[in-house]
Amino acid sequence: MTNQTKPSASGETWTPRIVAFFCNWCTYTAADLAGVSRMKHAANARVIRLMCSGRVDPQFIVEALAKGADGVLIGGCHPNDCHYVEGNYKCLRRYQMLKRMIADMGIEPERLRLEWISAAEGEKVKRVINEMTETLTQLGPLGLPQKFDEWDREMEHFAEHVAAREAATGSACPEHGGKPQTLETAHA
Amino acid sequence: MKPIVPKKNEPIRIGYYICHCGTNIAGMVDVEAVAKYVATLPNVAISRNYKYMCSDPGQELIQQDIREHRLNRIVVEACSPLLHELTFRKATEAAGLNPFYVQMVNTREHNSWVHTDRTEATRKAMALARAAIQRVPHHKPLEVKKVPVNPNVLIVGGGIAGIHAALTLANAGKMVYLVDKEATIGGHMAMFDKTFPTLDCAMCVLSPKMAAVGSHPNIHLWTYSEVAKVDGYVGNFNITVRRKPRYILEDLCTGCQECVDACVFKEPKFPDKFNLGLGKRKPVFLPFAQAIPPVVMIDPEVCLNFKRGKNPDGTHTVSDKCKKTCVQACGDRKAIDFKQTEEFKNITVGTIIMATGFQIFDAKRTPFYGYGVYPNVYNALEIERIINASGPTEGELIMRNGQRPKKVAIVHCVGSRDENTNRWCSRVCCLYSLKLAHLIKEHTNAEVYNFYIDMRTPGKSMEEFYNRIAEEGMHLIRGKVADVYPDPNNGATGRLVVQAEDTLTNKILKIPVDMVVLGVGLEPQPDSENLRRQFNLSCSSEGWFLERHPKLAPVNTFTDGIFLAGCCQGPKDIPDSVAQAGAAASEAFALIDKGHVEQEPNTAYILADECSGCKSCIPLCPYTAITFDEERKKAIINEALCKGCGTCVAACPSGSIVQNLFEDEEIFSEIDGVLAPVPV
Repeated sequence: MTNQTKPSASGETWTPRIVAFFCNWCTYTAADLAGVSRMKHAANARVIRLMCSGRVDPQFIVEALAKGADGVLIGGCHPNDCHYVEGNYKCLRRYQMLKRMIADMGIEPERLRLEWISAAEGEKVKRVINEMTETLTQLGPLGLPQKFDEWDREMEHFAEHVAAREAATGSACPEHGGKPQTLETAHA
Repeated sequence: MKPIVPKKNEPIRIGYYICHCGTNIAGMVDVEAVAKYVATLPNVAISRNYKYMCSDPGQELIQQDIREHRLNRIVVEACSPLLHELTFRKATEAAGLNPFYVQMVNTREHNSWVHTDRTEATRKAMALARAAIQRVPHHKPLEVKKVPVNPNVLIVGGGIAGIHAALTLANAGKMVYLVDKEATIGGHMAMFDKTFPTLDCAMCVLSPKMAAVGSHPNIHLWTYSEVAKVDGYVGNFNITVRRKPRYILEDLCTGCQECVDACVFKEPKFPDKFNLGLGKRKPVFLPFAQAIPPVVMIDPEVCLNFKRGKNPDGTHTVSDKCKKTCVQACGDRKAIDFKQTEEFKNITVGTIIMATGFQIFDAKRTPFYGYGVYPNVYNALEIERIINASGPTEGELIMRNGQRPKKVAIVHCVGSRDENTNRWCSRVCCLYSLKLAHLIKEHTNAEVYNFYIDMRTPGKSMEEFYNRIAEEGMHLIRGKVADVYPDPNNGATGRLVVQAEDTLTNKILKIPVDMVVLGVGLEPQPDSENLRRQFNLSCSSEGWFLERHPKLAPVNTFTDGIFLAGCCQGPKDIPDSVAQAGAAASEAFALIDKGHVEQEPNTAYILADECSGCKSCIPLCPYTAITFDEERKKAIINEALCKGCGTCVAACPSGSIVQNLFEDEEIFSEIDGVLAPVPV
C-alpha cells in the first residue's frame, strides 16, 4: 500500500490529487476511525470537512477540478442515516446532475465519486481512497489549470493573429465576407 | 473578560502551531519543515511546532502568543477536531480572542496514522495547513447559542441497565420515562436463575429494584410500549410513545389474578413466552410472579373473546363469543377492557438513555448442533428457566421426555468467535457455562462436560470462580464441538453423541450424553437497526450501538444527549451493565444540572439584499426552518430551528444564503489551499 505514481510527460513522478468532501457525522468520523485503527492507505486525498454532504455545492466540485484536482470524492451517511434527515439525498441529486455535466465538459465521470460511508466503516474509507487513487492513476492527470493556460495562450495567439491580419488588410476579414468570425470558423 | 473583536482594518495575524503528539505526528510528518513552510505563507505572524499542543503548556503557548503578538487567527495542526477543537477554542477564548477564529487541521487521524511515506505525509500536512491558513482570514466572530435542557429523561429498555439508570436519576429528583416493549420490566436478568461468580439468585437482587421502579413517584413506567417517533435534539427531544393494548386497564388492575383462575380455559395451554415456550399459560396471564407492573394482560391471539387472526392494520376484533368469566371475576374493579386500543403519549425530554439490551443467538443457525431437531438439545437460557425454582418444572432439571440427565455436554462459543456466524466474543458465555455446569451438577449430580475454545474468565473474582468450578470435578475439554448426532447404539432413548477434537491431547472424542446445552452468544436486538434510525445513532459493523469514543466516551453517542447503557452497546455482564447505566445516568444528570447546552453556531442566514425570492431553498429544509416573507418577497431562516446542515446554502442560485463556520469563501479558500503547490 503506497502511493500510486506514474511518470508524467516532463519525467517527474505524478500522483493524483483528490479533494474529498466528507460529512462531519459519518464519513469524517469513519476517516478518523481509519486513523485510530491505523488502516494505511494512499496519501492522495485531502479532506475538507462539511457538516453534511448536502452542503456540497456543485461549484465546490467544479472549482476543485479547475484548481487542479484530478478527482473529487464525496462521502456522506448511508441513505436513511443522514444526521440531517435527507441532506445525503440532496447531495445524490446534485451528484447525478454533475456526473453528466462533467462528462459533457470532456472530463471522465470516474473522476467524481460519491460514497456512503458510515461512522463504523473505517475500512471502507481506506478501500475507497485506494480504489480512487488507482482509477485516477489509470486515467492520468486532468490538469485543468495547465489546459486553461494553454487555451489562454491559444486565444492570445489567435487575437494577435487577427489583429495582424486586420492591420494588414485594413478591414474585417475578407475571407468570410465581412461576417464576424467565430471560434469555430477561426479554427476551421 | 470581553472577547477582543478585531477592528475592520486590522491586518490578519495568524498563529500556526503544529503538534508532534509525541511521535504520533512527528514520527511520520517533518513538523519542522511544515512549520517553516507555513511561516512563508501570507498573514502568518507566528509558526511553531511543539511536542503536545493539547497540554497545559501547549495551550499556554497559544495564549501567550495571542497577547504578545496580537494574533487574531489561530490554526492548530494536530489531531481530529472532533477530539480537541473545543480544547483550543477554550484556550483561545481564555486569551480574549473569539473562539471561532480557531481552525484545526487533522494531521494525525487523517495523515500520520494512515500513511507510510514520510515525504507524502509531510506534503499532505503542508497542503492541509495551507488550506487552513487561507481559510481563517474569512472567519467571523460568532457567539455560542445556549439552549435550555429539559430535566426529564427517557430511558428505552427496562432490563437491569435501564432499571439502574432510571432509579439513579429518579432518586436524584429527575422525572424519568421508562419505556419497555415487553409487558414487564426485568429484561434478560429476570430470566436467569443464579448469577456468576457469586451464585446469588438473580431475582433476589433484581426484584427489589424492579419494585422500586414500579412505585417510584419520579418514574413513569410504560411497559408494553414502544417509542414511535423521535423529534428534536439535545435538551428538547419530542417523543411519541405507542402504548400497545393489553386489554387491561393498568390503573384498575390490582394484580390479584382472579381473572386468570376464572378463565374459561381451565388449564394453561398456550406457550409461555417468559419460559421460552417450555411452560404453558392461559390467554389472560401475569408474565411472571414478580412482574412489574403487577398487571395481567390478555393475549388476543388466543383469547376466545377475540376473532382469530389480526386485522390488516395489526389490531384485533372483539368476537364477544366467550362467557367472559374473567370479567365476572374482576367484578367491580372493571379492569378488563376488550375494546382497548393503542394509545399515543407525547412527552418532552432533554436526554435519552438507550438500554435496549441484546438477543441470544438463534442456535438453529448452527445446524450441526441439532438445536430444534433433537429435543434434548437446549440453549443456555432455556436451562436457566428449567433450573429456576419458578420455572416451568419448578426447578427440577428434567428433559422434555421427563427424565433427569445423567450426562450433560455444555458447548461454549455457539454463535461467537465464529467466521460463519458472529466473529465477536460474547464475553459472558464461558462464565455462565461454568455456572450452569455447577448448577446442573448440583441439581442432578450428572457428569458435565464443558467444551471450550479458550476459557475466558476476565474480571474481578472470575478466575477464582473458574478454579472453584474446575475443582468441583467438571470435565473441561479444550476443543470445538464439530457435531451432535443421535447415539447409534441408543437412538430410541434420545441419547446424543457429541463429537469434538480435544486439542490438548489431539484425540477425537465421541461422548454419549443425555442432554446438550448450547452456550449461545449475544447479538444485537432484531429491531436495533430501526431504533438506530429512529434515534439517529450509529452502529458498529456488528450492529451494536456505537459509542462516541471506545475509551474516553464509552456511554456517549454521536448524537448529543443520547447515552448508552448495557448490552445494546456490546456484550457485557451484569456488573458492567450496571456500572455503565450509572455512567449514562450521570452523563444525563450532568447535562440536566448544567441547565443548558451550548450549540455550535453553524446555522445559516439569508442576505436579504441578495435574495431573489425564488423559494428553491424552502422545500429543501428538513426542519421547515425557512419561511417566505410575502411582503418583502424574501426567504427567512428561523435560527432556532436551523440545525446547520447547509443544504439550502448549496442550493441557493444567487448565493445569498451563508452558513456560519462553513461560508462559501471559507470552503473555496480551503479547496484552493489543498491544491496549491507545496515545496516538498
